[in-house]
Amino acid sequence: MTKARARWLLLGPAGLWYAALLVLPLAVVLVYSLGERAPAGGYAPALTLAQYANLGSRWTAFQNTLVLAPVGTLAALLIAYPLAYFLAVKSNPRWRTALLVLVIVPFWTSILIRSYAWIFLLGGRGIPALLADLGLGDIRLINTPFAVLVGIVYGYLPLMVFPIYVSLERLDKRLLEASSDLGAPPWRSFLQVTLPLSLPGVATGSMLVFILLMGEYLIPQMLGGGKVFFVGNALVDLFLQSRNWAFGSAMAVTLVAVMLVTVTLYMRFLSRIGAARDDVGLM
Amino acid sequence: MAYAEGGETIAEFVDTTKRFGKVLAADRLNLKIGKGEFLSFLGPSGCGKTTALRMLAGFEPPTEGRILIDGQDIGAEPAHRRPVNMVFQHYALFPHMTVAENVGYGLRQRRPKLAKDDIAARVARALDTVRLGDFGPRRIWEMSGGQQQRVALARAIVNEPKILLLDEPMAALDAKLRGQMQMELLSLQRKLGITFILVTHDQQEALSMSDRICIMGKGRISQIGTPRELYDRPANRYVADFVGRANILPGTVIRNIGEHALVRLASNHDVVVEAPRPVSPGDKVDIAIRPEALRLGTAAEPGLPDITATVAHMTFLGEHVEYLLRHPDLGELQVMVPRQAERALPGVDVGTQLHVLWDQGNGLILGQD
Repeated sequence: MTKARARWLLLGPAGLWYAALLVLPLAVVLVYSLGERAPAGGYAPALTLAQYANLGSRWTAFQNTLVLAPVGTLAALLIAYPLAYFLAVKSNPRWRTALLVLVIVPFWTSILIRSYAWIFLLGGRGIPALLADLGLGDIRLINTPFAVLVGIVYGYLPLMVFPIYVSLERLDKRLLEASSDLGAPPWRSFLQVTLPLSLPGVATGSMLVFILLMGEYLIPQMLGGGKVFFVGNALVDLFLQSRNWAFGSAMAVTLVAVMLVTVTLYMRFLSRIGAARDDVGLM
Repeated sequence: MAYAEGGETIAEFVDTTKRFGKVLAADRLNLKIGKGEFLSFLGPSGCGKTTALRMLAGFEPPTEGRILIDGQDIGAEPAHRRPVNMVFQHYALFPHMTVAENVGYGLRQRRPKLAKDDIAARVARALDTVRLGDFGPRRIWEMSGGQQQRVALARAIVNEPKILLLDEPMAALDAKLRGQMQMELLSLQRKLGITFILVTHDQQEALSMSDRICIMGKGRISQIGTPRELYDRPANRYVADFVGRANILPGTVIRNIGEHALVRLASNHDVVVEAPRPVSPGDKVDIAIRPEALRLGTAAEPGLPDITATVAHMTFLGEHVEYLLRHPDLGELQVMVPRQAERALPGVDVGTQLHVLWDQGNGLILGQD
C-alpha cells in the first residue's frame, strides 16, 4: 500500500465526519448569521451585518458565560488539584482504583437527574432551610449565579481530576528524591518540581472544562432558573422560541470566535510560563 | 586516599538495621568510612547495598541502630538537611529545566540565598569540571546518556557535599563509555578529595575504582577490604565466588606448615595452600584457587600433585583462553591460560587429557560463610 493511500485510509473516516458534521454546519451557520429573520420565523436570505450589530441586546448572556466559565474552571481546578494529588501521591495504591472509580461514579447517572437533586438541595427546603434553622437568616441559593457555579463545578469536576491525576501519577518519584537530596524541603519540592511537571494535566483539564462551560446550557437552565443564563440558553431561546435563526446564528458565530480568542490567549499564557513544551502541545 | 584504621572518619554505620515489613534489607551494618575514601558497596541485587546508600542519603530511616556523619547522629535528619548528595541510577534530572538550571538546583535551595552571579559562576565551574562547559542552556532531552550522567554528576558535586553517593551510575551506559566514565570519576574523586560511596553490582567496576570494597550479601556485610585483599584473601565462599572467579574444592587438613597447610583433596592429591585462619589436622575445609593460579601442561611436573583432567570446553577471550576441565573426583576446574602459555599446548582440543599444575602455596582455605 502506498503511503498516500494509507494516509487517506487513516484520516478518511474522521475527515468525512468532521466535514459533514462540523465544517459544513459551521458554514451554514456563518451564512445564516448574515441573513434575516423570515416574517414567520426561521431564515430569510440576505447579506447584512444587522444581526451582529444587535448582539448588544443579548450582552447579559455573554457576560454570564464569560464570567462563570473562567470562574467555574478555576474553582474546579482548585478543588480538583488537591484531590488528584491525594489520589496519585498520597492514597494507598491498594485503594487507588476504587477511589478513582468513585470519582467517575456520578457520570453513571444523567446530569439531568443530578441537577434535579441540586434543585432540591439548593431550593427553599434544602440547604437554605437548614441555614435558617441554625439562625443564619434567610439565604436564597437557587436561581443565583452561585447555584450555577456549584452545579457546573460539581458536574465537570471529574474532567478536571483525571488529566491532573494522570500527570501527577506519571511523575517520576525519584525527581522528588533528587529535589530533597539537593536540599529542598517538601513544600519547595512541590512548587519547583511537582507543580511545573503537572502543568500539562492542569492545562488539559482546564481546557476541557472551560470549552464545555462556554457552551453550557443545561445547568444554567435548571439551577439558574432563567435568571442566570449562558449564551447556550440564549441560543435555545432564539432558535426555538423566537425563531430568529439569523440572530441565533450570529450569536453562535460570536461564541465560537470568543472561544477561539480565549483559548489562544490561554495557550499563549501557558507557553509564557514555560509549561508549553512538546508534551503540553498535545492540546 | 587509602583508608587507615584510626584515620579520620566521615561516616559510620553502628548496628544499622533496616526492615521493610518482614524483609530484613540491612542486618546490623557496622562500618566506618574514611574521609576522602572511595568505598564501594558490591553485591547482587537485593543484597542491601542500595538500602545502605539510601539510609545514608536520608531516604530510608533505619529501623534500628545509628548512622553518623562527621560524628553526628543524623538518623532523624531528613534528606534535604544532610551534607550528602547523590547521583541517581537513572540520573533523575529535572526534565523541565535546562542543564544549567539542573546543576544550580541545589545552590538555589541554600538559605540564606546565594547571589545569582555566585550561583552562575559555580554552575559554570561544575559544568567545566565534567567537560560540559558549553551545554548550560541545553534541554535535558537533548543530551545523550553519557552527557546526562555528567550533568547528574555536576548537579551533585556543585554543592560540595561531604559525601557523594553514586547509585549504579554507570549501569545505563554502554561498555566503552562506562570504562571511560570510570576513569573520569576516579580522577574527579582524587581532584576533589570528597568521599565517594559507590553502589554497584559490577565487580570489575568496584575492583578498578575503589580504595575499599564492602561486599554485601543477604543484608549483611560479608567482607570489607581493599580490592587486592578481597581478591587474594576472600574470607569465605560467597566473596571468593563474587569477586573474580574461583575453583572451590573441599578437602581435609593433613597438617599445618607455618602460615600454610597441607590439604588432601577429594582426589587424594595433597596440595599446599595458604591458611589465613587457624586449622587443625582432620578439619574439613573449602579451598579456593583462582583460574589463573593453575597451569596446564602436557606432562606432570616433579614435586607437584599429578592431577589429570579432560578438556571439556575452551573459550577464546583474546589475551586469555579459558579452559574448562573435568576430573572424576574434583568435578569441573576452570583454568585461565595466557596466549603465550597456550603455545606449549599444541593440538589440544575438547577431550584431550591434560595435567593441571597446582604450584605450592597457591589457593587458600576459606572461612565459614
